[in-house]
This record gives sequence, C-alpha cells and structure tokens, in this order.
Amino acid sequence: MPFWKAVKREEPLRWGSFFIFLAAMGLSLAISCALLAVQGRPPLAALSILWNGAFGQWYAVEDTLLKAVPIFLCSLGVAVAFRMQVWNIGAEGQFALGAVGATWAVLAMPGLPAWLMLPLMGLCAAAAGGLWAVIPAWLRTRLKVNEIITTLMLNYIGILFLDWLVYGPWKDPSSFGFPMTREFPPAAVVGAIPGSRLHWGLAVCLAAAVAMHLFLNRTRMGYEIKACGQGRNPARYARMPYNFLVLFVMGLCGALAGLAGFLETSAVTGRLQPSIMVGYGYTAIVVAWLARLKPGAIAWASVLLAALRVGVENLQLDLQVPAAFGGIMEGLILLTVLAGQFFRNYRFKTRRTDAAPAKEAES
Amino acid sequence: MNAEFLIPLLAAAVQSGTPILFATLGEMFTEKAGVLNLGVEGMMMVGALAAFTTSLATGSPWTGLVAGGLAAAALGCLHGLACLTFQGNQVVSGLALTILGTGLANYLGTPYIGQTAPGFMALPVPGLSQIPVLGRVLFSQDALVYLSFALPGLFWLFWQRTRWGMACTAAGEHPAAAEAAGLNPVALRWAAIAAGGFLVGLGGAYLSLAYTHLWTNGMSSGRGWIAVALVIFAFWRPGRAVFGAYLFGGVMAFQLRLQASGTNLPSSLLLMLPYALTVGVLLFSAMRGQGGSSDAPEALGINVEPRE
Repeated sequence: MPFWKAVKREEPLRWGSFFIFLAAMGLSLAISCALLAVQGRPPLAALSILWNGAFGQWYAVEDTLLKAVPIFLCSLGVAVAFRMQVWNIGAEGQFALGAVGATWAVLAMPGLPAWLMLPLMGLCAAAAGGLWAVIPAWLRTRLKVNEIITTLMLNYIGILFLDWLVYGPWKDPSSFGFPMTREFPPAAVVGAIPGSRLHWGLAVCLAAAVAMHLFLNRTRMGYEIKACGQGRNPARYARMPYNFLVLFVMGLCGALAGLAGFLETSAVTGRLQPSIMVGYGYTAIVVAWLARLKPGAIAWASVLLAALRVGVENLQLDLQVPAAFGGIMEGLILLTVLAGQFFRNYRFKTRRTDAAPAKEAES
Repeated sequence: MNAEFLIPLLAAAVQSGTPILFATLGEMFTEKAGVLNLGVEGMMMVGALAAFTTSLATGSPWTGLVAGGLAAAALGCLHGLACLTFQGNQVVSGLALTILGTGLANYLGTPYIGQTAPGFMALPVPGLSQIPVLGRVLFSQDALVYLSFALPGLFWLFWQRTRWGMACTAAGEHPAAAEAAGLNPVALRWAAIAAGGFLVGLGGAYLSLAYTHLWTNGMSSGRGWIAVALVIFAFWRPGRAVFGAYLFGGVMAFQLRLQASGTNLPSSLLLMLPYALTVGVLLFSAMRGQGGSSDAPEALGINVEPRE
C-alpha cells in the first residue's frame, strides 16, 4: 500500500501550471544531460551550447524562427484535430505531399510570373496536403478505420512517394545523380524579408494564426469543433454534423501542413529534395500538447521546440552528439509535460494525515 | 514461380514475420487489459539495441534476448507511470514513448553502427526438418521462431482458461466491475504493460540478433506500427495474429527478393508495399467488423481514475 493517494482538486490549479511546465522541462533537461554524461560528454557545456546555439546571436535567433515556421503551421492544424479527439499523426506526410504539390505547380507551369506562381503553388500544396489528410478522415467516418495508424502509414507512403519523384521522373538531369529536382525559377521562390534571412512565410504564419483564432472563436463551425471534443454522441444530440466536421478539420490540418511543405521547398531549399523531411510533423505533435492545444500558446511552443532543434544541431557540430538526441529530448518533454498535467487536477495526499484523525476519534 | 523460388520465400516470410508476431502478441497482451500502448515502435528499437549490446558484451545471445525484453518492459513502464499513475492520455503517452525510444536507440546505438554481435543461428529440428516442404519452411529456423510457435496457443489458454487471464480481460472490459469483484485493475494493467512490453522487446531482439546480426539505426522501420494495426486485424485473437504477421513477413521478404533480383521497379515504390498493405488490412477488418468494433476490449484506452 503506498503512503499517498491521489485526490481531485476542488478547483484546477491556475498559475501553478506554469511551474509544472517549468518542472517538466527541468526534469527532461536533467535526464538528457545525464545521457550526455553517460557518453562522456560535458553536460553543462552542452547546455550552454544548446542555449547559445538557439538564442545566442541574431543569426541563431533567425535560424530558430526559420525552423519555427513549418512547426507552427503543422502544429496549428494538429491541435485543432486533437481538440476533436481526432488523432492526426500524419502532419509529416501531409507536409511531404504539400511540398510535392507546390513543386508540381512549378514544373508544370514554369513560366508564370511570381504574383500568379506563388499563390498557385500555395493552393496546390494546400490541396495536396488536404486531400492526403482527408483519406484517413473519410476512412474513419465511413468505416471506423483507426486514423492513428492510417495517418502514420500515409506518412511513410507520402515520404516514399516524394523519394520516388526526386529519384525518378522529377530528377534534375544535371544534378550529378543527386536526388533533387531542378532549381526553382526566381518567380517560384518565397522571398526574404528585407534586412534578414527570414522569409515571408512568417507573415503566412501570422495570417494563419489570426484566421484560426477568428474561426474558432467567432464562427459557428469553430464553436462546434470545440464542442465535438466531448465525443461523437454529445455532438449528435446537439445535432452537429460530426462526420463532416471530422473531414473538415482533417482537411484543414492537411492544408496547413501542406502550406508548410510549400514554404520549406520554396523559401528554404529552392527545390524539392528528400532533405526537407526532418520530422517537423512529429515535432508539431509535441508542440500542440505542450501548448495544451491552445492556438495562442502554439506560437511560443513552436519557437521553443525549434530552438531545441537548432541547439541540437550545434551540439552535433561542437560535441559530435548524434542527431537522435533531439528525439530523446522531444520524447522526454512530451512525456513529462503529459504526466505533469495530472497535477492541474489532482494532488497527492499522504495517508498518514488521513489516518491520524481517525485514530484520535477511536481513542 | 517454382518451388525453388517459393520455398525459400516462405521460409523468409516466417523469419521476417516472427519479430512482428512477438510485437503483435505483446501489444495484444497489453491491450487486453485495457491499455493502448502506441509506443511499440520505440520499445522494439530499445529492445533491439539492448539485446544487441548485451549480446556483444557477454557473447551470449540468450542473455541479450532477456536484456532486450527487460529494456522494452522498462520503457513500457514509463507508459504505465504516465497513464496509470498520472492519468495521462494513452495516445499521447504512447507517441511520446515512440519518439523517445527511437531517439534513445539511435542515440546510444550510433557507436555500434555496422558492428556485428553473436546471434541466433538456424537450428533445424531433427526429423521434422526432413518433411518435404514444411520442414524447410517451418522447422529449419532458429530457436526463437520455435518459441513463437508456442506462444499463440499459450496465450489462448491463458485468456480462456486461467484465473489470471480472465482477471486481465476483466480489467480491460470493465475495470469498475473488476474492482467490485475484488480485483485490482490498476495492478493488473501494470502487469500487462510490463509483460506485453517484454514480448515487444523480444520482437526487437529478434531483429538485431536473428534477422540480422548487426546494428543499424532505425532498424524496426515501422514494424511496431504494423504490430499495432495487426492487433486490430486479429480482432484481439492470438491465432489470427499469426496469420497477419506471416502475411506481412511474406510481403517484406518478397519485396526484398524482388529488389535483389534487379527489377526495374523503383525501390521507393516497393518499400511502400508493407505500409500500403497495413492500410489495406485495416480496411479489410473494418469491413468485416461492420456495425461496431465489439471485439476491442470495452475500456481500451480509458484510464482508471483514482477513487476519492
């Protein structure tokens, strides 16, 4: 018998949740440092490299923000889906399809002017990503096929599809055998914000955030989506079109991830190549949960996780830490934050204090 | 397609289906008690690495095998901590476990890339291996394959005929009723997570000690997720899991052979096969089970809340 038991709180912890978050982050960092020490690397030096690599200079901050763009867009959609208890693990594949869709627009119509080309690329990316996400949603609503596994399998398939394209039909003949498409014409490249290395995708993020906020809080459908988080039956009783909402939210999710794929190919690499697939779609899940599925909090959470990625890249360069270290940290953060949320609703009570008054009453 | 092609293919199907079978049975064991653990992929990876390094250090693949099982069970216990103790969402916790486990194995395994460890060798069963076709397909394998033959039957007996097995099922179907009957559903779920995790770890160990004898990062490549899908495909029945696992083993073996034969088909498209088949298999079971997935444990994925 343990000496403590969990008791439900009268009212949820308000400010304490910030400290829970800090404690969870601290615990994850401590475990990660211990792992570094196991392999004989100096943990404290690693922490300072991690910090300086991500925020140390303006250059580093730019890197962080650049990586935050795709993570933010993917996470925004994932969070809305998770709110409905629709487990879309497929942002990674939808991101890949978005990149493919955007590239298709460039390769099919290379001569378009930028004002036409860029919106068209965005549209194709959103459509491709959205359709890729609607497949598992449709299977779920029509046949009750578990969407967790189908979205995940579509990740593998989507990435392999991208690989096939750049190794095969879309390969640049002058790439010396490297798997990549031709470089995009200047009209198909999302430009940099003057005076920085940041690109206009940042503005897309801002627009998406505002639109999502208005959608969730000012429209009937947004309200219904939030209400559907209670499950299928309550939604049915309230006469909400549950199945349609699932399809819509998944499509939205895929479209946002697709846009992220478009921005990454167009603004960062300037061509389609397999190296754009670095797991932003999975990081987006960690971010969504870290932000407790609140669109407002996703912004800073994606900057945080992007910073972690940049920091780990620096660790790779300076201390030869394997790239997988980032995965360990993300997994630990997700796990500790998840466990920490327990304390928002529960507290532990020792059994001794429970038993003491009873004894007094006996005697 | 002649016997010279088909018999080695079937033997390879059994071999590459075996790790999936271990993982599927492990996940099934956990799910039967009501805990959905999506960390199978991560646990397989950690099991594979622990088995590999232990076998390398001790020279004994059997010690490695046990270490692989224990390591995966230990990782699984984090899932128990997050969901059974801290009431976390089982889907999210499982995903975290996969991210963490894959990261851990690739991080700690990087120094071992390309090394080989003592593993399990083919061990033809005297007599049985002389049977014309079956002998080469089923009885010229390694010891772990023979172990996997015994498991589905044992599991069936466990769930149908033993007190403990029924208690586990009760914890998965209706934990409140189980508690009213004097059982401790949380303790049963802990046991199911640990035992199921051990089996998943054996699947991982099979990958690094029998399927190959060397370490490569990311070696489970989605097999853990296939196992999660196969539990649904098998309708939580151990016998059907065997069929599913060998089906996938067959597709994987076939795809490897096709690649080795120098076909014109691009490898990226061939590699899609198992993943596409996973979607297909889920579709198939959804159509078969129309009218509700009543085969799933009733309380699967739902936490047991602490009482006041």
